[in-house]
Amino acid sequence: MSLQLWIWLMVGVTFTLYIGIAIWSKAGSTKEFYVAGSGVSPIANGMATAADWMSAASFISMAGLISFMGYDGSVYLMGWTGGYVLLALLLAPYLRKFGKFTVPDFIGDRYYSNTARVVAVICALIISFTYVAGQMRGVGLVFSRYLEVDINTGVVIGMAIVLFYAVLGGMKGITYTQVAQYCVLIFAFMVPAIFISIQMTGNPIPQIGFGSQGTDGMYLLDKLDGLSRELGFHQYTSGSKSKLDVFFITAALMVGTAGLPHVIVRFFTVKKVSDARKSAGWALLFIAILYTTAPAIAVFARINLIETVSEKRYDELPGWFDNWEKTGLLTFDDKNKDGLVQYLADPKLNELSIDRDIMVMANPEIAELPNWVIALLAAGALAAALSTAAGLLLVISASVSHDLIKKIIKPDVSEKGELIAARVSAFFAVLLAGYFGINPPGFVAATVALAFGLAAASFFPAIVMGIFYKRMNKEGAVSGMIVGLLLMLFYMTKFKFGWFGGGTSDDWWFGVSPEGFGTFAMLANFIVSLIICHLTAKPPKEIQELVERIRIPSIE
Amino acid sequence: MNEQLAKQYWKKNIKYLIILLSIWFTVSFGFGIILIEELNQFKIGGFKLGFWFAQQGSIYVFVALIFVYILLMNRLDKKFNSKRSS
Repeated sequence: MSLQLWIWLMVGVTFTLYIGIAIWSKAGSTKEFYVAGSGVSPIANGMATAADWMSAASFISMAGLISFMGYDGSVYLMGWTGGYVLLALLLAPYLRKFGKFTVPDFIGDRYYSNTARVVAVICALIISFTYVAGQMRGVGLVFSRYLEVDINTGVVIGMAIVLFYAVLGGMKGITYTQVAQYCVLIFAFMVPAIFISIQMTGNPIPQIGFGSQGTDGMYLLDKLDGLSRELGFHQYTSGSKSKLDVFFITAALMVGTAGLPHVIVRFFTVKKVSDARKSAGWALLFIAILYTTAPAIAVFARINLIETVSEKRYDELPGWFDNWEKTGLLTFDDKNKDGLVQYLADPKLNELSIDRDIMVMANPEIAELPNWVIALLAAGALAAALSTAAGLLLVISASVSHDLIKKIIKPDVSEKGELIAARVSAFFAVLLAGYFGINPPGFVAATVALAFGLAAASFFPAIVMGIFYKRMNKEGAVSGMIVGLLLMLFYMTKFKFGWFGGGTSDDWWFGVSPEGFGTFAMLANFIVSLIICHLTAKPPKEIQELVERIRIPSIE
Repeated sequence: MNEQLAKQYWKKNIKYLIILLSIWFTVSFGFGIILIEELNQFKIGGFKLGFWFAQQGSIYVFVALIFVYILLMNRLDKKFNSKRSS
């Protein structure tokens, strides 16, 4: 069977599955629409959280990033998993006990103020929109590469699917499609990894394989260190970033993960507090399967790539090289006209430029795996992008219909009216996300990092202190969130977009990159909150009682 | 009485958090970042130890930490509930 046919088949079958689930799990009330009726089992919620969390970036880009960064790529591995420990220990059980629908709900009630609620809504909207644009773009990219449709048509197809199950099913529809999407994406990610691991090391477990000996008896990592040195790159297993920066970036990603509203809200969907803890454990386990495999793929792909192309004749390269060259993600420029590919660290001599995104997508082709594996990978990448997009769209729609309309603008809105408002805002959110997917702001990559920084700088401190520090009052929390948010926006726009006079890496404060600055802004939030809170009045008694209440799970 | 119990429960919870989060910090920031060069002198299979912690080990420990926390808290909840209802 041809590759095209396989891909249409895999994508068709999985999409039919998602639509079927959406029809089966139509939401009938606002509680079902926002939190799936709080009746999801911990394992199902763990899978849904994992799919929600692992975006197109985790699936397509992360292994490629690590492939080129080596040890420095560890910031993503530790950062995007370590956050779940914070989530499970510091946030999820208490937020479940609190038992409302959204993160601004918690901030607004705990800090007894609509100002706090509005600030939280603004943070949630900025974070979710920056994140969702990247997902829609990912959907478009996969369609355009594999189904040979126009990238914009790809975005429109993706929009139609998400529209269908997010608007119809709300959180309930999203949850069960995410469970299916997790299964598709993890299978799609693991199959090629296992194949390649067997090919290169004889060991079927990639996590062990990349620390084993290759067919020539040399340890893969030693070989890669050697190859990297020869070609002038930094040694794979040691880094090139400063230790302080690695520390700050890892911390910002961890705390940001714990503060992302579309992840937090998943813990409102389970029955009870102990289930919230359990589902955090399952979620991280399901995520860890992909995250411990990614560094193995990174090593396999890098070695395979170097061995396939380095110093080889350009006109004798395999077919995949040609295919990816057409997409512009791989370019070759024979600078010294010797007909051979020189792949070197020195930009003056290097003739090959590789977009990091193709490392995962081209990997099965480079390793000469059968067509169905490549088709599976396409379906998996779509599952990853769609599941994350849907989760984000729900946060956006709930922020508008619940936090703004129901809680602030029109508190007397009926249940039915709120449900309609939720669907309408989900509809417009999809359109807007699609618009950003078709006309991507040039800073998409930068803004995803920004989303983590913002979540770390705004939500995390406000929620943690809301639970662990009874004395924290609205003045402290609101000023902390505003300072954290503005500081992060300032630093990011200054060094990423050149606003406020711009600057280079030499001008970074204490040598901290914009990606790691979230940690700094988070600390500023904590400090400002604590100072302001001690200069102003204690929170009212009923709030202190609320805090007492959320600390203790109810009798079951 | 109930208030007393609630306080004890919370104190115990905080103790668990401090212990588990210290381990969380040690394996990731400690072994994977701060002490990496020292640990890289040791090898397990083809992995340098510090590199292994940064790209594999820390993640396994994270998963284990959450499951240990689930276990500890379920036990604490049970004890707390039986005392509260008696």
